[in-house]
Amino acid sequence: MPEIPGSSGARGTSARVEITRDEVAHLANLARIDLSDEELDHLAPQLSVILESVASISGVAGDDIPPTSHALPLTNVFREDVVTPGLTPEQALAGAPEVEQQRFSVPRILGEEA
Amino acid sequence: MTMTDTLVAFDDVLASYDPALGLEVHVELNTASKMFCGCPTEFGAEPNTQVCPTCLGLPGAMPVVNVKAVESAIRIGLALNCEIAQWCRFARKNYFYPDMPKNFQTSQYDEPICFEGFMDVEVDGETFRVEIERAHMEEDTGKSLHVGGATGRIHGADHSLVDYNRAGIPLIEIVTKPILGAGAKAPDVARAYVAQLRDLIVALGVSDARMDQGSIRADVNLSLSPKGSGVLGTRTETKNVNSLRSVERAVRHEMSRHAAVLDRGTKILQETRHWHEDTGVTTSGREKSDAEDYRYFPEPDLVPVAPSRAWVDELRETLPENPTARRARLQAEWGFSDLDMRDTVGAGALDVIEQTIAAGTPPQAARKWWLGELARRANEDGIEVTALAVTAADVARVQALVDDGTLNDKLARQVFDGLLAGEGSPDEIVAGRGLAIVSDDGALSTAVDNAIAANPDVAAKIRDGKVAAAGALIGAVMKEMSGQADAGRVRELVLEKLQ
Amino acid sequence: MSADWTRRTAAELADALAAGETTSVEITRAHLDRISSVDGAVHAFLHVDAPGAIAQAEASDARRAAGTLLSSLDGVPIAVKDVLATEGLPTTCGSRILEGWIPPYDATVVRKLRDAGLPILGKTNMDEFAMGSSTEHSAYGPTHNPWDLDRIPGGSGGGSAAAVAAFEAPLAIGTDTGGSIRQPGAVTGTVGVKPTYGGVSRYGLVALANSLDQAGPVTRTVLDSALLHEIIGGHDPKDSTSIDQPLPALVEAARLGAGGDLAGVRVGVIQELAGDGWQPGVITRFQESVDLLIKAGAEVVEVSCPTFVHALAAYYLILPAEASSNLAKFDAMRYGLRVWPEGRPDASAEEVMRATRDAGFGDEVKRRIILGTYALSSGYYDAYYGQAQKVRTLIARDFDAAFEKADVLVSPTAPTTAFKLGEKLDDPLAMYLNDLATIPANLAGVPGISVPSGLADEDGLPAGFQILAPALADDRCYRVGAALEAALADQWGGPLLDKAPALEGA
Repeated sequence: MPEIPGSSGARGTSARVEITRDEVAHLANLARIDLSDEELDHLAPQLSVILESVASISGVAGDDIPPTSHALPLTNVFREDVVTPGLTPEQALAGAPEVEQQRFSVPRILGEEA
Repeated sequence: MTMTDTLVAFDDVLASYDPALGLEVHVELNTASKMFCGCPTEFGAEPNTQVCPTCLGLPGAMPVVNVKAVESAIRIGLALNCEIAQWCRFARKNYFYPDMPKNFQTSQYDEPICFEGFMDVEVDGETFRVEIERAHMEEDTGKSLHVGGATGRIHGADHSLVDYNRAGIPLIEIVTKPILGAGAKAPDVARAYVAQLRDLIVALGVSDARMDQGSIRADVNLSLSPKGSGVLGTRTETKNVNSLRSVERAVRHEMSRHAAVLDRGTKILQETRHWHEDTGVTTSGREKSDAEDYRYFPEPDLVPVAPSRAWVDELRETLPENPTARRARLQAEWGFSDLDMRDTVGAGALDVIEQTIAAGTPPQAARKWWLGELARRANEDGIEVTALAVTAADVARVQALVDDGTLNDKLARQVFDGLLAGEGSPDEIVAGRGLAIVSDDGALSTAVDNAIAANPDVAAKIRDGKVAAAGALIGAVMKEMSGQADAGRVRELVLEKLQ
Repeated sequence: MSADWTRRTAAELADALAAGETTSVEITRAHLDRISSVDGAVHAFLHVDAPGAIAQAEASDARRAAGTLLSSLDGVPIAVKDVLATEGLPTTCGSRILEGWIPPYDATVVRKLRDAGLPILGKTNMDEFAMGSSTEHSAYGPTHNPWDLDRIPGGSGGGSAAAVAAFEAPLAIGTDTGGSIRQPGAVTGTVGVKPTYGGVSRYGLVALANSLDQAGPVTRTVLDSALLHEIIGGHDPKDSTSIDQPLPALVEAARLGAGGDLAGVRVGVIQELAGDGWQPGVITRFQESVDLLIKAGAEVVEVSCPTFVHALAAYYLILPAEASSNLAKFDAMRYGLRVWPEGRPDASAEEVMRATRDAGFGDEVKRRIILGTYALSSGYYDAYYGQAQKVRTLIARDFDAAFEKADVLVSPTAPTTAFKLGEKLDDPLAMYLNDLATIPANLAGVPGISVPSGLADEDGLPAGFQILAPALADDRCYRVGAALEAALADQWGGPLLDKAPALEGA
């Protein structure tokens, strides 16, 4: 198998990035995933290995390099302010785990409205 | 949640601290369709009837920007003297909440469409320049109904019901820079800023601008710094303050509360607070901790917005008259004193008074009704005068009825009672309540005769030339006629009969 | 093989339909029968819609009788990767979290297929949310490679590639974020095309990484891909990133290429995408193919794309970052799975979200969500996501420079042939390396095709030949691809898939 390119440090800044179990737990919390202890034990070292291999990227492109996200530099793609048909409430609610009063029924919400 | 915050008297706050204000105002645009999809935006529709895969966040659905929303954003920016970005993007603000269908809000982050503007706000004849940091485009969330609890509030609720009709309605968020140096006038500056901004939004025609329906929502940031120190203190953000009066009260309350916390030697928590209209206090919401990490990044499903200068210039041409210039013009036209004008603007009644005058009412009469009788009633209900169920046309009609002698002021007030009770138009109320002044001389003449007969002493004085005594007889006649008589005519009859 | 309609290409089926030799119902039934007999072993499909497909075939036959055909492929059945929303048909993205979800709308690609009269056979298996290179990360079990049932069919679109390779469908739709159409094509001996980014609508494609995803054709021949591409491609006002320009003449390019003349075409061999660590048999087949292109008249030059070495790192920052945000919507509130924490009927919405996302997502999805959450976190954005987007610019510039010297660029599609099921399942990095050669095209948005290059000597398994072209010049992929396909078929005396073992039950 070929090496992960760039991870040798030949080009990018080779960085030793370690991601701790606590950090994974914090990230899982941000991502709203209830990871079990075993999952945390399993994931943390795997993520460290992956991160280490991708961390080489920092410093590769200088400040003068613009970012790219599309093959063609499109701008100003708009729609006119015109109403178009949407879903019926039946369609909208068809996949809902629970429905009440034509609304999506969700478990109680903790905390205040954002 | 502490319901018993100790407070410091307002004047004492100012003896020790300087307030720093910041206002974030969300304006819901009145576009026909949503920000990123073609769903309608009607207020009050049946739940989940104005949704599609995009605003419901269904897997695979994609956003497309509503050009009218971009135009409105640019027009608001121009009216606030902002720079308009040459190039900007939408960004995702990532956080989980059940009323947010995608669990990220499509908003703008470090590239707002409008930035670096200002608005001159007048308070008590003094002008404060409120600097605008940015105005950016974003989408609204759905609405949750909390059920199972006693009060319909979130605490104690058993579960919640979500309606996504509002999700995706375009919002413009207008953020000020910290407003410093307002001192004792901080609450008034906050109110005047929101009032003037609302007038501007109305003049631009980009929003319904109904604070009571949430189409303008203000978040009030406040911090105190030790007097003269110039060091900004920790701020709190009071959310969804939904009337002009509440903006003022919320600032006042937070100043008093902050001072009490700081006087104790404790720290202000950087947190979101909730305004309670009924009790006039704020309560703690969620603490803004480091854990709140929105992980912004450019929305990859949308392309950059790069308004051409030609487009911006074209939109500049559509701007209405500058509100400051307009106020000066109207004040001159109406012959209002500075005080009259300040009260008018402060009550947010400029437009409605203008409409009333346009409908034929003399300026002073329009001012008298809106800032007197109607403002008093609005105040009793804790709402804005413009939120009353009385229109400019109603007031103009009532005044016309006074002018033609059908009503006097006392009866006119009863017509307003009827309007607020939903009894129909002024004319319907006059008919329904039988309010018209009795001008039938036969009935009046009888009443005058009765009054003379019942008050021989007074009658004698008038016969002796003491005309001033007529008031007592007029009062007696009016009483008999239940107020439905023209006092002038009664006076004439009394004098005719006794001289 | 006269009566076995499953062995025909889509173009041949269209001709047979036009000649009145068969009906759409007959063809569709033949494929449904084939699915019944082999899919137990292959597991290319997550959902088969026999009644729907037959009804659509009947409608097609009626149109043919009435002379109101909708397209050149009207009546030719197709399979659709389960990542595209299909109204009325389950769409799971290979995930438990979407089990049982039936979209109330069609993806634009699906809408175009229906509007063109192609009966939809069903939905094909994939790595969960398209995260993977082996289809082993499907929550519904892996797909097996028809060449060797113990091996992976590639991924994430292993289901679509295997369905076509196993003659369960003449055509399929795949999606390619870092190679998910091309790499399965390579390891199953089939053709797969990733169009120019923005060339095919992404509306209704459940996003993995929005700035990289493209839907495209999965077929057995280059011409079939061109025919399908012309149906699904083109501007869509519902996708803001869709290109508002007409497609180039793809079918014409494929027919031109099949003529075998590549005189005047400059072919650049990417130096960075071959060499140490690549399976020798894959390299040998690649070299032979390059020689055949030279024989067809092409001028071959070597090109260097030095920043490609950073492509994989950039990809594994951009993809998880975008995916972590895209997958936030799977929260048990509006659709899909809802799991309550054990013994907690009073759990809050947030607790139910956490429990559901733990139960509903597989390991690879969790890995990438955590990684993406990290990459976007305050303090890391500039160093990771921001840098990665800039590296895309460098990669695009490498492509620009290379396309100055060559009309198309070529490389092996994947470093190896199909590996054994389970071999790399718990070694994410080794798995990620499968996409080494395919990722640069996604980062730059340029089109690419994978065409079978033959069987590797050491294991007798298919290898793929990748052809990349500049953005909007998808036609070049078809021209060169069709020329190579024709030259190889001449050499082999028929299509490569004729060498595939017969499947049991068939």
